[in-house]
Amino acid sequence: MSLSQNDAPLYEALLEYKENRIVSFDVPGHKQGKGNSELTNFLGKQCMSVDVNSMKPLDNLCHPVSVIKEAQELAAEAFGAAHAFFMVNGTSSAVQAMVMSVCKRGEKIIMPRNVHRSSINALIVCGAVPVYVDPGLNTQLGIPLGMAVEDVQRAIDENPDAKAVIVNNPTYYGVCSNLREIVKIAHKAGMKVLVDEAHGTHFYFGDYMPLAAMRVGADMSAVSMHKTGGSLTQSSLLLLGESMNAGYVRQIINLTQTTSGSYLLTSSLDISRRNLALNGKRIFENVTMLANYGRSEVNKLGGYYAFSRELINGDTVFDFDPTKLSIHTRDIGLAGIEVYDLLRDKYEIQIEFGDIGNILAIISVGDRILEVERLVAALSEIKRLYSKTSAGLLDHEYIKPIVVCSPQDAFYNEKIQLPIEETVGKVCAEFVMCYPPGIPILAPGELVTKDSLDYILYAKKKGATLLGTEDMNTEKLNVLK
Amino acid sequence: MELWYTEEQTNNVRFSIRCDKQIYAAESDYQRIEIFSTPEFGKILILDDRIMLTEKDEFIYHEMITHIPLSVNPNIKNVLVIGAGDGGVTAELTKYDNIEHIDLVEIDKMVVDACLEYLPDVSGKLLDKKVTIHIDDGLRYVRSCENQYDLIIVDSTDPVGPGEGLFTKEFYGNCYKALNESGILVNQHESPYYSVYARAMRLAHKKIADFFPIVRVYQAHIPTYPSGHWLFGFASKKFDPIKDLDADAWNKRGLKTRYYNTELHKGSFALPNYVLEALG
Repeated sequence: MSLSQNDAPLYEALLEYKENRIVSFDVPGHKQGKGNSELTNFLGKQCMSVDVNSMKPLDNLCHPVSVIKEAQELAAEAFGAAHAFFMVNGTSSAVQAMVMSVCKRGEKIIMPRNVHRSSINALIVCGAVPVYVDPGLNTQLGIPLGMAVEDVQRAIDENPDAKAVIVNNPTYYGVCSNLREIVKIAHKAGMKVLVDEAHGTHFYFGDYMPLAAMRVGADMSAVSMHKTGGSLTQSSLLLLGESMNAGYVRQIINLTQTTSGSYLLTSSLDISRRNLALNGKRIFENVTMLANYGRSEVNKLGGYYAFSRELINGDTVFDFDPTKLSIHTRDIGLAGIEVYDLLRDKYEIQIEFGDIGNILAIISVGDRILEVERLVAALSEIKRLYSKTSAGLLDHEYIKPIVVCSPQDAFYNEKIQLPIEETVGKVCAEFVMCYPPGIPILAPGELVTKDSLDYILYAKKKGATLLGTEDMNTEKLNVLK
Repeated sequence: MELWYTEEQTNNVRFSIRCDKQIYAAESDYQRIEIFSTPEFGKILILDDRIMLTEKDEFIYHEMITHIPLSVNPNIKNVLVIGAGDGGVTAELTKYDNIEHIDLVEIDKMVVDACLEYLPDVSGKLLDKKVTIHIDDGLRYVRSCENQYDLIIVDSTDPVGPGEGLFTKEFYGNCYKALNESGILVNQHESPYYSVYARAMRLAHKKIADFFPIVRVYQAHIPTYPSGHWLFGFASKKFDPIKDLDADAWNKRGLKTRYYNTELHKGSFALPNYVLEALG
């Protein structure tokens, strides 16, 4: 039997399972919802009836041989990958599987410092040592950019024993590095290229999008289908190129992945993949149109700067994701986090994140023009009612880290907890970050500097949610003894 | 065969009207539009399974949403109407000589076209030379207006579907900005009776009160709307709807109305206790 992108084998198998009205003496104990009427009323019978366990007709995520295998093959084909894994613990787990598939304890891995915490978490677990490449910086907007090819080359030359290079494609803000060139120079040095495409699902389907990892020969990519592709939260894909051993990667995934993979999550991947394969081009044309419209209307309001492809500079901004509606807010005298809070508290509009100088609205498969109008109208009102002089706003976002030891050594070594104000000059033993975006201000193994401390205290004052530290209030910090 | 239009006014309450036939049905980009002819109510316009108007009782709604502000400020010249693609509001407004211009902003062109064709008695004045029709999202339109209208009338659908943006804080704030210093905002304010509508009423009232110094609510009895008990919001930067009512001036105009009169005007602001409590 040969399958096409019109099929959704896992979804179809679940439908058939439902129709067969199997009597279940297996887990989950709610037995198609009958054992938990309140939850069934809330989520719906349909949903509960397919929340089932692995079984022969429905395959097994840990060892796929039938419908999950077929669904993964279709996903691989749709994304132009040699192999695809359905992931049920978020793109974080896909990123960790990438790192752990290519690095062992003590081995080096080259990465931009503005990676998501999941990459550095993987280093704590497996003991690999990061070689950070400072990303470019746009000082006007206060945002970190992509990696310059020259900087990656230098890191490769200085660390010829490194095993791999990690690239964000794109960054949270929508910035892409010159991925094709980075793949070329890394491969030349015998290093793998791992791509964090948490925000890049649509690159594989839309026209006029930045280049996708699998198209330029990257070795692995972690793709958040749930972020812009329409699948359920926590469902994600790990894509492999020809160079990778899929069986070994599966073993790595199974080290930490649940043995009770949710069929709600995996079927949502199957259905969303089919939708994107069949309709993705039209969907992302519409998404781009909405984002472009939002940008031009926001820019007409004055004071705000919704940035896009004009930032492209051939290197640290090699390309820009046009579906991202990133808006610089400092010139109306408000920190991004303040605008983010006003939108939610006063206007019932939830956006993705606000940082010191910017906000980010995600436009995706689920958006309509009516909601974009609400966002623009609310921003217009926020400017009219709340704008101030921009004096006194902090203007930088990226702080160059000083790495003293590996994340694993810092995390597991003897440490003490000190009031955060007293930690300058000490080696940080945990993460400190604003969430979202979840990019560490300090990572384990880095020196606490006056700059980083000032930034943390400022972000706190402006109302950012800080996390990562053992102390839930981020008043104390674990540092090495 | 019997043909009935049945509306689920709440999950537990239905309201039915016997129909002769369906005259029009279409799906626009925004909603489903239907027109039926009925023995009791004449022609009825349905948007997304909600009665918008019937020929028999539309006068109540349209007189109350227009004559109240126009008798409080007799010098209104520039009016912005949001929604109202059926033309019922325009029919009342064009009775006033002092009104120089009416901008009507309707999101759905198919509503305007269907009403012009099948409900000409209600919609005819849409073609009046004082009226400019803008096919646009009301929220988008009002965003670019500043200090230019004497009166804004919001004739919206319920706050689900395309009318949602017209119940938001950003919309009311932009309306405030679009009005001049003596401006009045009148809006369809939902019903106090069933909880789903009452919630929308409370939230709208609270949001409007954040911007306008004078905020009042008045009522009318509209048989085909859920519970029949319907509210309107009156918000103003300057005029009090009762103290500033110039009854003599309005009565001298000699306008013929079937529901509105200046005594009812005053009485319509007297609200039941449970409504006062809900408005807080």
